[in-house]
Amino acid sequence: MSLHFHPLLIDYTIIGLYFAFVLGIGFLLRKQMKTSEDFFLSGRSVASWITGLAFLSANLGALEMIGMAASGAKYGMLTSHFYWIGAVPAMVFVAIFMMPFYYGSKARSVPEYLRLRFDEKTRALNAMTFAVMTLLTSGMSMYAMALLFQSLMGWHFAVSVWLSAGIVLAYTVTGGLTSSIYNEVLQFFLIVLGFIPLTFLGLKQVGGWAGLSSRLATTHPGYLHMWKNMNHASANPMGVEWFGLVMGLGFVLSFGYWCTDFLVIQRAMAAKDMTGAQRTPLIAALPKMLFPFVVILPGILALALVPLTQWPAQNGTANFNQALPLMIAQYYPSGMLGLGLTALLASFMSGMAGNVTAFNSVFTYDIYQSYIRKSAPDKHYLAVGRWTTLVGIVLSVGTAYVVAQFDNLMDYMQLVFSFVNAPLFATFLLGMFWKRATGHGAFWGLLSGICAATGHYGLTTAEGKGGWIAVLHTYPSSMAQNFWGAIWAFSVSLIMTIILSLLTEPRPEAELVGLVRSMTPRASESHLAWYQRPVYLGMGVVAVLIGLNIWFR
Amino acid sequence: MDLRTPIGLLFSIFGVLLLGFGATHTGAEFERVGVNVNLTWGGVLLGFGLFMLLLAALARRKAASDKHEVAGGGR
Repeated sequence: MSLHFHPLLIDYTIIGLYFAFVLGIGFLLRKQMKTSEDFFLSGRSVASWITGLAFLSANLGALEMIGMAASGAKYGMLTSHFYWIGAVPAMVFVAIFMMPFYYGSKARSVPEYLRLRFDEKTRALNAMTFAVMTLLTSGMSMYAMALLFQSLMGWHFAVSVWLSAGIVLAYTVTGGLTSSIYNEVLQFFLIVLGFIPLTFLGLKQVGGWAGLSSRLATTHPGYLHMWKNMNHASANPMGVEWFGLVMGLGFVLSFGYWCTDFLVIQRAMAAKDMTGAQRTPLIAALPKMLFPFVVILPGILALALVPLTQWPAQNGTANFNQALPLMIAQYYPSGMLGLGLTALLASFMSGMAGNVTAFNSVFTYDIYQSYIRKSAPDKHYLAVGRWTTLVGIVLSVGTAYVVAQFDNLMDYMQLVFSFVNAPLFATFLLGMFWKRATGHGAFWGLLSGICAATGHYGLTTAEGKGGWIAVLHTYPSSMAQNFWGAIWAFSVSLIMTIILSLLTEPRPEAELVGLVRSMTPRASESHLAWYQRPVYLGMGVVAVLIGLNIWFR
Repeated sequence: MDLRTPIGLLFSIFGVLLLGFGATHTGAEFERVGVNVNLTWGGVLLGFGLFMLLLAALARRKAASDKHEVAGGGR
């Protein structure tokens, strides 16, 4: 059985209104974009509740929403590990310990920080890989989204791709990063207000939390617990034990993403002052912790409420990727259907806009201005930024078409991305907290970490994947293989960077002021009331995190 | 531009649309699990939209009075 929506005029009206508002915001912001700094960094003037919600939303693409509901159905509450231990500690860390250097160094991008701290080649490596991966990611999610709307709504693939690309182009070319950020905030409210009724209605039908747990108790025991079955990989559906989860997901992968990915860091860089930049990830962390109830719980409810035989099937088994659409079809009549679809479209488009604006800045500042044309008037870079937006979107569309032609290409690309990203945090950690780390050490350490991740995948296997060199170890699940690969990549990168740094000549200490913790005077926070200080806000976030984990243990 | 204004406007319009639609479309097809979700959630959206507009209006008034004080302070 496959799933089809039958929207009425009211649903299309709601979608159309959203499009009109998005374009209107871009148009109104057009006048504010006078310098390249306005365009790429929102003139460093955005309020922190806005940058905070954008920081959160930039990561909530439509694929994330669909994927989290799917994992909810597949793994139960265990999926929340991706939102709690797999995000929140890193968000608190980047806010309190790393933001002073990102924001304080006045770097305009994450790769630019690497040039200030290390050297040109480390920046080039990071800028190039980031630019390519961002574009390909944007294209892949465009493909997946067009496919989804084709099956649910009967929209033609090309219509979805070009319509969404056109709208995103219109509002990012006019309003730059500010437009992207404003639309991410709009998307945040659309997701929350568009999906929460699914949880309410699902819980009402299943008889509340008690009803849900009694219904799952026999078929899926332990699905509502997060730590109870983490002693051993074979005891839980994820196939991961607590150490791999905490170190691989909670430390390496999570810190590697939230603390170094320019897509999210760029939002904090747009804040109007240091406290605002530090508060950005902390403000994001609070709703982030509650998001499992908006995006994961509907997946668990779908599992409890809809017999697997009635799920849309793929290769003869229930297709969990349809969990969210299935819930929408079950519980949303026309009207709410329009709102739910708008939330999906919004998360898809703002995810794409986020990728495009991050790509823009990195290309213009770290590639064009660094290697192609060094000193041109600011107007020139603003124009380059606008053209890069167009080129970036066209390349994304191209990627979507290429991916549509080759079945497994997306899996391979995501695999390569994971190799590139896994060791990154080691470089930043040493860069910010160890003044002895050198450019040569960072560059070769990073490369050896990428090689370690690739080698790990070549030497181990899980679910029939990997092991193309030899099979030294078999993991119980791909997820375990992924987590452990990250741990290896990080460790190798860390050790190699340390060894090579000690063998190469250090940077003079005077050049490291504002870039390394021990060389940078602490900013005074005495003018702030205690509740405004990032440290206390961070401690509050951690307290809520611990409370949630104990509650759902 | 105060971002709360377009957000408030959009959700107020959504709220009014859903309220109107929910009031005129009832029956099993539109009331799953016995809840007229368009009607109830339309109310929530309208409330949220108006709240955002109120915040924006208060911020505008505060900005205007701050400006007034600064201008008046020079006398």
